[in-house]
Amino acid sequence: MSVTRVRRWLPGLLLVAPSIVAIAVFVYGMLGWNFRLAMTDKHDEISEGGFVGLENFIGIWDQQRWHLSVNHAIVFTAVFVGGALVLGWLLAFLMEKGIRGEGTFRAIYLFPMAISFVATGVVWRWLMNSGTGERAVGLNRLLDGLGLESLQWQWFRDPDWGMAAMAVPAIWQMSGYVMALFLAGFRGVPEDLREAARVDGCTEWKVYRHIVLPMLRPVTLSALIILGHISLKAFDLIVAVSGKQIITDVPAVFMWVAVFDSHDPAKGATIAAYIVIAVSIFVIPYLIWSLRKERR
Amino acid sequence: MAAEVVQAPGSRDAGDRGAQAVRRARWTRGVRLAVLAAFVLVFLIPVYVLLVTSFKPLTEADPSRAWALPEVWTFEPWRVAWEKLAPGIWNSVLLAVPGALISAALGSMNGYVLSKWRFPGADLVFTLFLFGMFIPYQGVMIPLVQLLVSLNELTGLNGVFYGGIPGLVLAHVVYGIPICTLIFRNYYVTVPDEIIEAARVDGAGMLRTYRSVVLPVSGPAFAVVIIWQFTALWNDFLFAVFLTGPQSWPTTVMLNNIAGAQTVPYSQQMAAALLASIPTMVVYVVLGRFFMRGLMAGALKG
Repeated sequence: MSVTRVRRWLPGLLLVAPSIVAIAVFVYGMLGWNFRLAMTDKHDEISEGGFVGLENFIGIWDQQRWHLSVNHAIVFTAVFVGGALVLGWLLAFLMEKGIRGEGTFRAIYLFPMAISFVATGVVWRWLMNSGTGERAVGLNRLLDGLGLESLQWQWFRDPDWGMAAMAVPAIWQMSGYVMALFLAGFRGVPEDLREAARVDGCTEWKVYRHIVLPMLRPVTLSALIILGHISLKAFDLIVAVSGKQIITDVPAVFMWVAVFDSHDPAKGATIAAYIVIAVSIFVIPYLIWSLRKERR
Repeated sequence: MAAEVVQAPGSRDAGDRGAQAVRRARWTRGVRLAVLAAFVLVFLIPVYVLLVTSFKPLTEADPSRAWALPEVWTFEPWRVAWEKLAPGIWNSVLLAVPGALISAALGSMNGYVLSKWRFPGADLVFTLFLFGMFIPYQGVMIPLVQLLVSLNELTGLNGVFYGGIPGLVLAHVVYGIPICTLIFRNYYVTVPDEIIEAARVDGAGMLRTYRSVVLPVSGPAFAVVIIWQFTALWNDFLFAVFLTGPQSWPTTVMLNNIAGAQTVPYSQQMAAALLASIPTMVVYVVLGRFFMRGLMAGALKG
């Protein structure tokens, strides 16, 4: 390579170099370090920790709490991702042809995004208070007032479906974002395309079925990935609503407990590694897919 | 969206059909508006609860009055919440303002190079950056804590890196590089290459071109990134809980401690939650346009 060409791009590389080093160390280096730690028996803070291979990764499946937290994460993810997708799509669908006051509607649906999950958790813990009957506050009291006492339940303290309740504030917080994504998707469908289909005798329903919805697939996939990875990392909201209770335990909270309460770095690293694996399984294909699309 | 929307041609005369279509359009618009308005009410329920509860005196804490407006409005809960939360809010300012500015400066330089002053392998670097946007931070947290602890020991600066605001800023700036670079890169792609080339031909180097050509048009991208990072840093809980101590707890951790204590009345918890949300809400209301763009950038190119 000629010297002049190197001179041309070398300053650029130098300018980005600090960031490259930072990402290399803090992202890839530390992910590797974490996996390395997960393969040791450093189960307290003083010991050196010898290499034990995949022992921790296998051993954790013997713990009931791990099974619980994985099940909880699955229920939470299913309800949250499904709920936010459906609600966000519905709101976008109702608005896509333009409606009076659209700016106001959008601003209201989106404002929860600007608030921390911790603040959200404070109010939703009150709303989802498990007291019933005379002691009912929050939504249970509201149901009572509406004459729907039979619908009162334990919310996130319900042993079977508590995590579904936990997903409600998350849906409240994120569906406006999904709406914005879908609205951009709807608006990205060229109007002449719809008009052409109408001229060809398509009913409005068929225009949606055969023209609009297929063109929304990439947006749906993006929304799915974004919601999914948020869901697997869910931590703030759960801690803010219910703290460290086993009844709403998820891997992210379990990892926190392992590090700070059990003082077991190897166990914390193992749980963290599983979260990384779960997220990577669908983020990496998505990144490859979207970069290929961009290049085209 | 009924299936029988389009009548077979000639089944009715055109005028009648037109009137029917107008009526139906008006009707569906009414329904859409009603459903959207109903959702507005649902979305505002938590806001109502926060506001109403935060102004209630302790004497009105009875469950039977849970949804009622206060009979006597009081600022007492707000006063107490402010007293408890103020140190955290100050810490959050020290965290979020420098963090957002440093992130924007780094992102701008990276985005510029990766779009306009590319080096061999720039695409690969960008892709590797992007993965950093999606990693669950739990996966780096234990090593990060260990590194910051040893930085404390190495420098002899106790409570600066681990347990201090500088360490937290460092973490946020580093893990914010991917999204900030992405937003700036996508913005600079829209700057015509010809302008850059012209500056190059005139003998301007990389930094001159950046300063005199690129930086002056970067305003909107800076707004998006600064708002995005400010909001992210202000609202962060995960890094704060792992990396800070009582002296450096930001708002979110303090709020969680206040709300987690069984003895704190709901009115104070709600006032604290509102206080903690005011800065980001103000940013959202005043600069919502830029906030939206940051959100959309987070979705890559959907």
